[in-house]
Amino acid sequence: MPVNSTHYLFLSLLLFSIGIMGALIRRNAIIIFMCIELMLNAVNLLLVAFSKIFGDADAQLFVFFIMVVAAAEVAVGLAVIVMMYRKVQSVDINILNRLKH
Amino acid sequence: MANYVYLVPLFPLIGFLINGLLWKKMPKTVGGAIGSLAILASFVVSLLIFLEVKAPGYHQDPIVLFDFIKSGDFSIPFAFQVDALSSLFLLIITGVGFLIHVYSTSYMSHDEGMVKYFAFLNLFVFFMLLLVLGANYLIMFIGWEGVGLSSYLLIGFWFKNRDYTNAGKKAFVMNRIGDLGFLVGMLLILYNFHTLSYADFFGKLHEAQTGVSASTFNWIALCLFIGATGKSAQIPLYTWLPDAMAGPTPVSALIHAATMVTAGIYMIARSGALYSLTPAILHVVAVTGLATAIVAATIAIKQYDIKKVLAYSTVSQLGFMFLALGVGAYTTAVFHVMTHAFFKALLFLGSGSVIHAMGGEQDIRKMGGLGKHMRVTQVTFLIGCLAISGVPGLSGFFSKDAILSAAFAHDPILYYLGIVAAMMTAFYMFRLYFLTFNGSFRGTHDQEHHLHESPVAMTMPLIVLAILSVVGGYVGLPEVMSEHNALNAYLSPVVTNLGEHHLSAGLEWTLMGVSVVVSVIMIIVAYVMHRKPVFAENTGLAKILENKWYVDELYNAIIVRPMATLSDLLDKFAERRGIDGMVNGVGKSVKWGGDKLRLLQSGQVGFYIFMMVLGIVALLTLSFFWIR
Repeated sequence: MPVNSTHYLFLSLLLFSIGIMGALIRRNAIIIFMCIELMLNAVNLLLVAFSKIFGDADAQLFVFFIMVVAAAEVAVGLAVIVMMYRKVQSVDINILNRLKH
Repeated sequence: MANYVYLVPLFPLIGFLINGLLWKKMPKTVGGAIGSLAILASFVVSLLIFLEVKAPGYHQDPIVLFDFIKSGDFSIPFAFQVDALSSLFLLIITGVGFLIHVYSTSYMSHDEGMVKYFAFLNLFVFFMLLLVLGANYLIMFIGWEGVGLSSYLLIGFWFKNRDYTNAGKKAFVMNRIGDLGFLVGMLLILYNFHTLSYADFFGKLHEAQTGVSASTFNWIALCLFIGATGKSAQIPLYTWLPDAMAGPTPVSALIHAATMVTAGIYMIARSGALYSLTPAILHVVAVTGLATAIVAATIAIKQYDIKKVLAYSTVSQLGFMFLALGVGAYTTAVFHVMTHAFFKALLFLGSGSVIHAMGGEQDIRKMGGLGKHMRVTQVTFLIGCLAISGVPGLSGFFSKDAILSAAFAHDPILYYLGIVAAMMTAFYMFRLYFLTFNGSFRGTHDQEHHLHESPVAMTMPLIVLAILSVVGGYVGLPEVMSEHNALNAYLSPVVTNLGEHHLSAGLEWTLMGVSVVVSVIMIIVAYVMHRKPVFAENTGLAKILENKWYVDELYNAIIVRPMATLSDLLDKFAERRGIDGMVNGVGKSVKWGGDKLRLLQSGQVGFYIFMMVLGIVALLTLSFFWIR
C-alpha cells in the first residue's frame, strides 16, 4: 500500500486523540505532560502534511515556532513538576486540589 | 436721585455681608451699629427719592441695571421701578425697619447671636426692598422668596428650642404653598403675554388684539391672589403668622409691620390694572379678606399670650386691607398698610418692652398694673391701641374708616360685617391693654421686683412710632373733611381705584359716627369686663376660640396626617420593597450565582482539562456550523 498524504493526516489525528485521551485519563503529571507534547507534535505533523499537499512552505514556519514554544514549555513544565515532587513526594495531580474553594 | 435707587437695597446687602461673614468675631455693639446704619442709609436715599417722585410731573422709566435672563429676542432685565407706589413702600420699609433695628440693638444685647441676628434682619430688609423695587414680576418673585427664607431664619432664630424651629418650618412651608400660586400666575402671564414687566403687561391688558380670553385673566388673578394669601396670611394659609411670633419680638414687629405680610397687598395693588378687569376674583379677594378679618378677630379675643393677640390682630387687619383691595380701593389698602405699619410696629415693640420687663413672660394673665412701672411703654401702647381701634384723630381711624366706607359703597353687607370685625378689634386690643397695664400685678414677687422701664434705645422708637401713629392718618383725610387727599393724589399716577364711589356727605358722616360709637362702646365694655379679671377655665365657644377654632388641628387631621400616612405607606412599599428590593436584589443574585458557580472550582485538574477540551470542541462545532 503506497503511502500518500492522507495517511499522514490520519496519523496526526491518531496521535492527537491519543494525546487528548492521555491528558484526560491519566493522573500522573509527567504522563499528562508527555501527552501534551504528543498533541503539539501531532499538530506539527499535520502542518507539515498540509504544507506538502498544497506545496506551500508557510505552514512549516509555524512548525518551527511550535517547536520553540514546546521546548520552552518543557523547561518550565518539568521544573514545575520537579518542584511539586519535592513538596508533596508525588506527581499525582489529584493531590493538588488545595486551591479549591 | 432715582438713578441711584440701587443704593437702597445695596446698603442692607452690604450690612448683611459684613455681619453675616464676620459674626463670630464682630463685637455686638459694632454689629448692631452696622446693621442699623445700613438701614438708616437706605432710609435717607429713600427719602430723597420720595421727594423727587413727589415733585409734579415726575416720570421715570424702569431703571435697567443688567439683563437678568436673555434668550433670543426675549429678555427679562434686572430693573427697578421707581414710582409713587414703590417709593412709598420704600419709606415704610426702611423707616419702620430702622426703628426696629435701633430697638433691637438694646433688646438683643444679651443674646450671643446678636450680630448674626442683625445680619438676618438686614437680609430681610434687602429682600423686601427688592420685592418692592422690581420692575417685573420675576424680580418681585426673587424678593418674595427671599423674605420667605429670611423669615424662616428669624422665626427659628432661637433654634435650640424645637417648637421655634417648627414654627419657622411651618412659616416656610405655608409660604411655599402660596408661592406656588404666584409662580403659576407668573408663568401664565409669561405664556400669554410674553413679558413679565409691569409696564408691558399692563399695557397689553387693554389691547383687544391680544386674544387672551377672560378666563385666562381670571386664572392669572386668582393664582397671584393665592400667592398673596400665603405671604399676607389670609384664609386658608394664615396659620403660620401667629406661630411666627416664636422669633425675637422685634422680628415679629418687622414681619407684621414693615415687611413680609404687606407684600401680598403690594402685589395686588401693583397689579390693580389686572384685577380691575376681573371683578369675580376681586369679589373672592373681598370675601376672603372679610372672613379673615372676622375669624382672626374672634380668635384674638380669647388668647392669653400678649404676642398671639397682636399676631391675630395683624391677620385681622390684613383682612381689612384685602377687603379694601377687593372693593377696588387699592389706595385705601395702601393707606391702611402704612398706618398699620406704624401702630402695629409700635404695639409689637411695646409688647417686647413688656416682655423684657417681665423677664420673658408672655402670658397676660400673669401681668397687670405694669403702667406704674413703665410709663413710656404704657402711654405709647395706649396710643397704638387707640389707633388700631379707630378712635377719631388717630391714624387707624382714617384708614379703617376709608376702608369701611369704600366697602359700604360697594355692598352694604360688607360694611356691616366689617363693623363687626372693627368692634372686636377695639375689644381685644383694650382687653390686652387693661390686662397688661391696669389693675394689680398678678405675677410672682420676683418678677414684680424686676419690673423696670426699658432703656432709651427701646423707648425712643416707641415714641417716634407713637407720634407717627397719631399723625400718620392725616395724609389721607376722607373727602368730607378735606378737599385734598394727599395720599390718593400721590399714588394716582400708578394706582387707579376701581369705580370711584361718591357717598353723600351725610352718609359718610353717619358711617364714621357708627364706627366711632361702636369702638368706644367696645372699649368701655372691655374696661368693665377686665377691671377685676378672673381667669376661669374656658368652656363652650370661648374654649373653641382659645383653641383658634381648632384650625391647626383640622389642618393636621385633613392634610398633615394623611400626608404622613401616605408617606409611611410609600416608605414601606415603594421605598423599602420596591427600590431597596431592586438594589438589594442585584447584590443578592450575584451572591447566589457566585455560590453556585463556586462548585465548579473543584480543584480536580483532570476535570479542568476535561472542561477545557469540551469547550474547545464546542467552539469548533459552533464555528463549523455557524461561520462556515
